[in-house]
Amino acid sequence: MHDHPFGRRALLRSSVLLIPGVAEALQHAHESVQAPAARLEYLNAADAAEIEAMAGEIIPSGDSPGAKEAGAIYFIDRALKTFDADKRALYREGLAEARRKLPAGAASVAALTSAQRIALLQSMEKTPFFTALREHTIISFLADPKWGGNRGKAGWKLIGFEDKFEFQPPFGFYDAEAAK
Amino acid sequence: MSRAPFKPSEEVDFVVIGSGAAGGVVAKELSVAGFSVVVLEQGPYLRERDFTHDEFGVAVQGLLTNDYRTQPNTLRPSPDAVAMKKPAIGYGKQVGGGSVHFTGNYWRFHEADFEEKSRVGSVAGASLEDWPFRYADLEPYYTKAEQDLGISGLAGANPFEAPRAKPYPLPPMPVKSSGVLFERGARKLGLHPFPAPVAILSQPYKGRGACVHCGFCEQFGCEMKAKSSTLATVIPMAVKTGNCEIRSGAYVRKIQTDAAGRATGAIYFDAQRREMFQRAKAVAVCANGAETPRLLLMSKSNRFPDGLANSSGMVGRNLMVDVWAEAYAQFEHPLNEYKGIQVTRVLHDFYAADPKRGFYGGAGIDARFQYYPISFGLADLWPGSPKWGAAYKQSLKDNFNRVMTLEGHCSSLPVETNSISLDPEVKDAWGLPALRATYSPHADDTKTRFFIRDRMVEIMQAAGAQRVWSECEADVLPSVHLMGTCRMGHDAKKFVVNGDHCAHDVPNLFIVDGSSLVTSGRQQPTATIQALAYRAAEKMGDWARVR
Repeated sequence: MHDHPFGRRALLRSSVLLIPGVAEALQHAHESVQAPAARLEYLNAADAAEIEAMAGEIIPSGDSPGAKEAGAIYFIDRALKTFDADKRALYREGLAEARRKLPAGAASVAALTSAQRIALLQSMEKTPFFTALREHTIISFLADPKWGGNRGKAGWKLIGFEDKFEFQPPFGFYDAEAAK
Repeated sequence: MSRAPFKPSEEVDFVVIGSGAAGGVVAKELSVAGFSVVVLEQGPYLRERDFTHDEFGVAVQGLLTNDYRTQPNTLRPSPDAVAMKKPAIGYGKQVGGGSVHFTGNYWRFHEADFEEKSRVGSVAGASLEDWPFRYADLEPYYTKAEQDLGISGLAGANPFEAPRAKPYPLPPMPVKSSGVLFERGARKLGLHPFPAPVAILSQPYKGRGACVHCGFCEQFGCEMKAKSSTLATVIPMAVKTGNCEIRSGAYVRKIQTDAAGRATGAIYFDAQRREMFQRAKAVAVCANGAETPRLLLMSKSNRFPDGLANSSGMVGRNLMVDVWAEAYAQFEHPLNEYKGIQVTRVLHDFYAADPKRGFYGGAGIDARFQYYPISFGLADLWPGSPKWGAAYKQSLKDNFNRVMTLEGHCSSLPVETNSISLDPEVKDAWGLPALRATYSPHADDTKTRFFIRDRMVEIMQAAGAQRVWSECEADVLPSVHLMGTCRMGHDAKKFVVNGDHCAHDVPNLFIVDGSSLVTSGRQQPTATIQALAYRAAEKMGDWARVR
């Protein structure tokens, strides 16, 4: 395969296309669904800003997009509206706790410095709220963009996951080296 | 001319309960032989167009597996403990069952597996038994399964493999970096890794296309029909005969019997939850190693007060599960393990039980990547690895494509108290008793986990890993390999079915699936379950012809 990559690839493609229905199925499975509109359906703007700021510390921005740019808040909003509606109370309690713990004079979690927010989250690391927020943030960042997060495939780009769903060997460094 | 579909009032030759690895094979073999067959499958009838690569929608939310919200499990460590609601048992829930979403590992059991009690003697606290036949008796059916379904592999590459009549019908899949590194480390230690036999097509076969290496095998259905599930292979053959109807959304609650103690058919809930009764001359139960005993226990009657086919009291007992151990390794260069099928190299050097180790047990090891993006993001890597923040983000970036896994598939000893039974209180959404698992690992199984973990760590270190870590202490359950709960054997006092898979207590009731397994081998039971299914279907046909 290492000396005839195009030949093998073409052969493989043709074998796929000869099978009725499969090419269509492949296309369907690879269809990337348009990311849903950036609109909050459950959270109010003030709460959303606080949650977004906290999610932004779990996967921070920097050289590359973090949870905030990837739209984690839209995934979390959708989760609380639909499949994780039973976590609403956790979020309410978590938000209340975070606000209670704000340093004197701070108006909101979002208004804190990053270092202050990290300290705040560290103090809440053992809470069920933090566990849920961490899971939601990570899932939002790495799930198919159709679920609301991972905008521009920011999470997939960071980790080096190419959503091509069709590859040819060699796949990695060591199998390429072995094929030499 | 097609005879199917059938009316429930029509007495068909066979009703087959479950359409998975075993049920799909049984349905095809019987319908090709000319028998009328209705397959009752509790899950939906999905097609290739329904299969996507959406990790959150499919794998995280368990789209293709049993749903604990509607069918809760309970679990207790021993018969005198209180069972708590907890996921314990996992299985594929659609036409094709677990063969749709399984990883595809497809190795045969060894000759010793069929006669371990004779070879190693009794093991204290375990009910180790010989099988009612030997490897040589099952070999023709392993070969038949490989040829009929389409298995890729390299015959002769595993020096520990038992004799085989034919090579695999397809060459092995291309090796991944995990396979190359595993091989490198293993060979340095004098071990014998070999190309993984898998139920995935390396080349087009019987009208199906070859794998395109998308990487989404485990937990996903294959939209290419390149995974040799029963959905993609034998079920279409069964339907094509016109003798077989696949009735999906049919959740069986009882096998009905008459005054003479013969099975007369199956009572089930249809998709609208209406109660239906399918009449049949014979019943084949292929509902998996957990749902099969549960159904038998739910099929109580005056004649069978302890559950159907349970005069031995052994229905549900000797539950064997996937006892696992894992080692992980990080390497310098990209492996890009998300590309391609999960497993490309396997090793059987530690498969055989060896009394010198001081405990019973052995394991097969495979090299794989067991993550997708989300599961990788949520995974704990090495102890102390960052969980959130800038360091976590950097770790995601650095490690997704530089990490691999060795998976140890350890023996699971049969223990009588490890079992499936009916929960006396918790009900499922249909009002039926919830599946209750009772399980604590045999001490030797735990020792095997540690032993094999150490071997895997050595192999990864020999391969030149930058960092190696492992896991072999977490709970074994939930399990997706469900074995031994209706074991086969000649003695009606000790076994549920005879060597032909016919229930000792009911002349027209056959049971074939993971529950039939007398011992666990070293996990990866699908090849053996399917070989048994081909053999059992032949026996059922012979029985029906002379009846």
